[in-house]
Amino acid sequence: MKQLLSGNEAIARGLYEAGAEFASAYPGTPSTEVLENLVQYKDDIYCEWAPNEKVATEVAYGASMAGARSFCTMKMVGANVAADPLFTAAYQGVTGGFIFMSADDPSMHSSQNEQDNRHYARHAKIAMVEPSDSQECKDFVKMAYELSEKFDTPVLYRVTTRIDHSKSLVELGEREEHTIEPYEKNARKNVCTPANAYMNHPIVEQRIKKLAEYGNDCPFNKVEMNGTKIGVITAGISYQYAKEAFPEDTSFLKLGLTYPLPIKLIKEFADKVDELYVIEELDPFMEDQIKAAGIECKGKELTDEKYELNAQLLEERIFGKTPDTKEVAVKAVMRPPALCPGCPHRGFFYTMSKGKNYVVTADIGCYTLGCAQPLNAIDSVLCMGGGFTVGMGMSKVFERTGADKKVFGVVGDSTFFHSGMTGLAEIAYNKGNVIPVVLDNRITGMTGQQENPGSGYTLEEDAASMIKIEDIMKACGFVNVFTVDPQDLKAMQEAVDGALASEEPAAIVARRECRLLKRAEKPDGICKVDSDKCIGCKMCLKVGCPAVSFKEGKSVIDTTQCVGCTVCMQVCPADAIKKEAR
Amino acid sequence: MQDVKSVIIVGVGGQGAILVSKIMTNGLIQAGYDVKQSEVHGMSQRGGSVSTQVRWGEKVYGPVFGKGCADMLIAMENMEAVRYADFLKPDGVAVINDYERDSMTTASGIEEYPEGCLKAMQEQFRTIAVDAEGIAEELGNAKCMNVVLFGALADSLGMDDIDWEAVVAETVPQKARDLNLEAFRRGREAAVNAKA
Ligand SMILES: Cc1ncc(C[n+]2csc(CCOP(=O)(O)OP(=O)(O)O)c2C)c(N)n1
Repeated sequence: MKQLLSGNEAIARGLYEAGAEFASAYPGTPSTEVLENLVQYKDDIYCEWAPNEKVATEVAYGASMAGARSFCTMKMVGANVAADPLFTAAYQGVTGGFIFMSADDPSMHSSQNEQDNRHYARHAKIAMVEPSDSQECKDFVKMAYELSEKFDTPVLYRVTTRIDHSKSLVELGEREEHTIEPYEKNARKNVCTPANAYMNHPIVEQRIKKLAEYGNDCPFNKVEMNGTKIGVITAGISYQYAKEAFPEDTSFLKLGLTYPLPIKLIKEFADKVDELYVIEELDPFMEDQIKAAGIECKGKELTDEKYELNAQLLEERIFGKTPDTKEVAVKAVMRPPALCPGCPHRGFFYTMSKGKNYVVTADIGCYTLGCAQPLNAIDSVLCMGGGFTVGMGMSKVFERTGADKKVFGVVGDSTFFHSGMTGLAEIAYNKGNVIPVVLDNRITGMTGQQENPGSGYTLEEDAASMIKIEDIMKACGFVNVFTVDPQDLKAMQEAVDGALASEEPAAIVARRECRLLKRAEKPDGICKVDSDKCIGCKMCLKVGCPAVSFKEGKSVIDTTQCVGCTVCMQVCPADAIKKEAR
Repeated sequence: MQDVKSVIIVGVGGQGAILVSKIMTNGLIQAGYDVKQSEVHGMSQRGGSVSTQVRWGEKVYGPVFGKGCADMLIAMENMEAVRYADFLKPDGVAVINDYERDSMTTASGIEEYPEGCLKAMQEQFRTIAVDAEGIAEELGNAKCMNVVLFGALADSLGMDDIDWEAVVAETVPQKARDLNLEAFRRGREAAVNAKA
């Protein structure tokens, strides 16, 4: 029987069936579940979490050079981190097939920008493949490896949130083993000296021409002729939306190989229809190239370059059909995400929220939620690694202007290993007036509990060396490193004061396990409000815990949510909150 | 696309909407339908508003749908029902767990939780409201609220050829089977009473 698989589950299955031997990734929504699912095949495929996307790309590329069918995956902003090795890998080609997967996030369900990574294929001059449902997610993997090996190119495997996280039915197959040929050194091809790169460039240009030719007649690209009035060129998830929104007699050119575009095939298709539409999410990536080839078509003036599409939006924007809805008399208020009850990050951000002259340059992770009301304790978040370094830049300006500001650069443990360590070196080397803080909750929290170099385990669940953050800080010259339990508010404040008072470079490691960690201790009690003692001062509401609310003049703690962390209890001036056994 | 049915399941991150969609899709696949389901992972799971969509029919294209397209709205919380009400077709059915959960902004007094969410839904849509939370607590495990709610909506799916009880039994973890079957039956009964 067919199985209902998400795109990410299907890609993992595709890697297994295609005989892949090596996979590396750094987690990032919506890409994470590929490796989480692939690890079930660890006897056949080596699987690992890399410290960041650049590393994942490099190790996977090395595995390809040694002859394995290899794979790396990341969310779209991760591709920015990995761009350096990708662009030169494009010049050097592959030995075993090499797939570089980028998971884009139109509408930014979990992302910091809405970049369209299809441009990377064109920019790096490599082949790009886009599946449109879970069956294709699986099947295109094997086809992409064959393409990669045939044309000596890395393949950009481009997916989006609705491909990764939607489930559809998939027919499974068996694994076909791939043979790793004995390694042969080829320094001419694989050492990127300027002289070699000079010789590689014409090969890259030739390759793109050959790929474009191949695309005109290949199993990735399909014409569905249903009539001659309207033709639609589309790819990926947009194909599904267009199939639903356009009339039944619409013809389709559905592309699976979306870079380079098969211009000859497109011209032939365009000639057969009266009216041509290009339906794609985000940028006019295909449309611009099609127009540049002198083919008339409609696209972005109707569909918009922002946010996701769906069939209803296409019907509205192309055919002017407004949806039939009813309005209810009440309006919902916002329900933004918040730090979980018992989250160890809460104590640190509560402490920060009280400092009048503190500037907190934070980073990406669960702890970004320290920005939310009522904590409101973050000044900036830019990108992974930016927590230390944006603070560094600000502090240099504050020194110059004499502004009375205390800058805290804040990153999580996974972020520290991802790209925080170079920022730490920057602060040490260039004498930054910044206090680096690592919020070490012993796991990669935001993306759903992935191991990292500090957590003590690998993706394949083997014990690993546990890299100690304090040791790295000390090695960089941070003489006073304060290790503190952030849930103990008094100790947290003392660590902050101690770091600020230190003559020598100082840093803070706030360490307590994430409550969602499988290995974490179970909650040992819950907090309760004695409403006779509660004076209704609302101090406990300031810690921003979802379990604490205010009803009829008194605070209340929701017993189903509370895990007994006591942060609210510690801020209560009336001694009205008590911890009880569960 | 006339024969395609679309359902949206909404709630607060962590309430167990995924299990509801899993039971539903398992039953529909067994009955031979083409099925697609879509959810969003990541940031919103931290106590934010979440939604999952399920579609089935002879042939389904888009895994997600837009406003005015849902035959059914299943809400695990009253304000979330209101938030997604415009996804319902005018003649669609709302099945609601009559329960209010503060958001971070209403709990900390930054804004007020809106009054009359359930009533506003009842005024506009055919609505089945059940106290799934209360029933689950009576059964001794608040976590099975999602299966109580599934019981309440099962008959409204109009899939009389599917033995939902058997599907629930297969889908939930073995050790929680009896509890969940009881939850399912209680939800189903509650829906019958709610209609009357
Ligand atoms: C370049 C890049 N890669 C991946 C991500 C996805 N991502 C966001 S937060 C995060 C993990 C943060 O983990 P950690 O620093 O340990 O903080 P926690 O969430 O545990 O508080 C990841 C992988 C991203 N936003 N940017």
